[in-house]
Amino acid sequence: MVFMMVSKEDVLARLKRDWEKGSLQKTLEKTGERRARFITTSSRPIARLYTPTDILGFDYQEKLGFPGQYPYTRGVYPSMYRGRLWTMRMFAGFGSAEQTNERFRYLLSQGQTGLSVAFHLPTIQGYDSDHPMSAGEVGKCGVAIDSLADMEILFRDIPLDKITTSMTINAPAAVLLCFYLAAAEKQGVSSTQVGGTIQNDLLKEYMAQKTWIFPPDPSMRIITDILKFCTKEVPRWNTISISGYHIREAGSTAVQELAFTLANGLTYVQAGIDAGLKVDEFAPRLSFFFNAHNDLFEEIAKYRAARRIWAREMKERFNAKDKRSYLLRFHTQTAGCSLTAQQPENNIVRVTIQALAAILGGTQSLHTNSMDEAWALPTAKAATIALRTQQILAHESGVANTIDPLGGSYFVEALTDEMEEETYRYFDRIEKLGGVVAGIKQGFFQREISDAAFRYQREIEEREQIIVGVNEHSTGEELVIPVLKIPPEMEKRQLNRLHQTRKNRDNSKVEQLLDRLRRAAEGTENLLPHILAAVKVYATVGEICDALRDVYGEYEEPIIF
Amino acid sequence: MVSEQERKIRVLVAKPGLDGHDRGAKVVARALRDAGFEVIYTGLRQTPEQVAEAALQEDVDAVGLSILSGAHMRLTEEIMKLLKERDMGDILVVLGGIIPEEDYEPLKKLGVKAVFGPGTPTSEIIDFIKSHVK
Repeated sequence: MVFMMVSKEDVLARLKRDWEKGSLQKTLEKTGERRARFITTSSRPIARLYTPTDILGFDYQEKLGFPGQYPYTRGVYPSMYRGRLWTMRMFAGFGSAEQTNERFRYLLSQGQTGLSVAFHLPTIQGYDSDHPMSAGEVGKCGVAIDSLADMEILFRDIPLDKITTSMTINAPAAVLLCFYLAAAEKQGVSSTQVGGTIQNDLLKEYMAQKTWIFPPDPSMRIITDILKFCTKEVPRWNTISISGYHIREAGSTAVQELAFTLANGLTYVQAGIDAGLKVDEFAPRLSFFFNAHNDLFEEIAKYRAARRIWAREMKERFNAKDKRSYLLRFHTQTAGCSLTAQQPENNIVRVTIQALAAILGGTQSLHTNSMDEAWALPTAKAATIALRTQQILAHESGVANTIDPLGGSYFVEALTDEMEEETYRYFDRIEKLGGVVAGIKQGFFQREISDAAFRYQREIEEREQIIVGVNEHSTGEELVIPVLKIPPEMEKRQLNRLHQTRKNRDNSKVEQLLDRLRRAAEGTENLLPHILAAVKVYATVGEICDALRDVYGEYEEPIIF
Repeated sequence: MVSEQERKIRVLVAKPGLDGHDRGAKVVARALRDAGFEVIYTGLRQTPEQVAEAALQEDVDAVGLSILSGAHMRLTEEIMKLLKERDMGDILVVLGGIIPEEDYEPLKKLGVKAVFGPGTPTSEIIDFIKSHVK
């Protein structure tokens, strides 16, 4: 006997064709559609309708599993937000250590649950506030931190054994980590008790954020020194925050953000292994940092795909055994580049949508941007509204009641699969280039990102992307909102403190320890104990970075536009 | 020989100060190039001296500064002074970036001819430079 096997999918595919040729066709003939093509913010074409035919052969257990179970598509923890909400971690820093300390204590009093420090550009670039390049920049983009003296003030009356702190710092990450450890020690908190994160992701600096100091090879050496040091000495520290955020801000697409970030992550894991560590010794302390842009579903799919790919690579490529090594834990920040200077209050709504994407995507912590950030650093009021946005989503929207509510959506699952496939295609291309560092030296990532940025700008000017208040519904009149001002006296006060610090410390000891650091940098000894020793006698970030510059030199990028 | 009229407008796109945000500068540089300008991009972290010197050496008709770090007043003032010292005080200087509106007037007093904030179409920048280059 022969049975004609007609699968459910075949029937559905036929019914879909019938619908397309029938009632849909009639409607289209009558009214058409609003656009010739529908695309995401990343120029990805989106279909009219998604059905089971878009995820043929979908295997629940293989693709999704349960929360806290391989491949972690639905979330890294079994109970997710029903157990504990994400950490509301607002990035803050401006002016002096005193001013930022005050903002920190205010945010904590308003229900914020973790700290995140924005440093001013001189600190980020490893210059002291009195360096000629620092003129005009002191305290502008973040808080001015020159030495341990500033760090002690920054965390005054904030118990470092109870609060975790994320520090957005890359090239001088080792220095700032040591500032933090030394400040904690002064509070009587040991390095085994402190918890937090340093960004310490230099690969994305060369690709996107551009706040490098040293060339890629010594940068990778410093990073692995940090991995080794923290594995032993600072076990609760997240050693690298592998960041897609800045790749996206520089103009990449969502899938470029995903692929380049994961490729960087895999490069760090390999570097740790090459430096003699076992994967399960350090991989559980790696964390991620992604962007949340406006396109709700594409963003959600990005986070879900990220978890699945990372778990698979850690398991299959690196043979990790500890399940914590599989977990892609991530922080999210809403997209600064999506904020408009025009009609700034509209940004509150954009941030809400972006934060929603992060939450539906299963983020572990979240920063929501303030409405005024296309003009300046946020005022306290604007930052409070941004924090309230998270609190409303957490407590009023109901989205935190169930885990991965979009799991099983034909659209979201199809998009998750699609982004996963595209990520692997990028992995192949990167491998052919000789890996991430080789790709950076060839300008591959920089070119991909600037091409995408330029395409997006063109789409806006051709109105294929609509930005409300910019190329649609613009009133022509500017709404002036109050912005944060950094008083010019601030710079003078900071220079005074720096000079005072240099006067009061044991300068021959500082010189001696900086020399020792230089020798360690020339050899293979771990740099961290030497940096920590120098920090404790109040050597400054500029002095320590200069000692390393003496040995490693500075990176110069290929100019591509 | 290229006659004076056929000569392309030469624009220096510069990133003074420590700010590493180069998305805007590069998008604008590329749009200007596509529009037929001769574009010189300085790369990141230039001192005011380097910017002024590049403007002189490259014999440009216009300078476009991009600053998103909040250091625009100090850097622009310095650059304008150094351009004057090089007899380039009448060159067209425009600025783009994250600039609070209350700084627009003081910047214009320094000699900046236009400030282009976020959301400015590149076509507006192109038209402005075309019509203001002497």
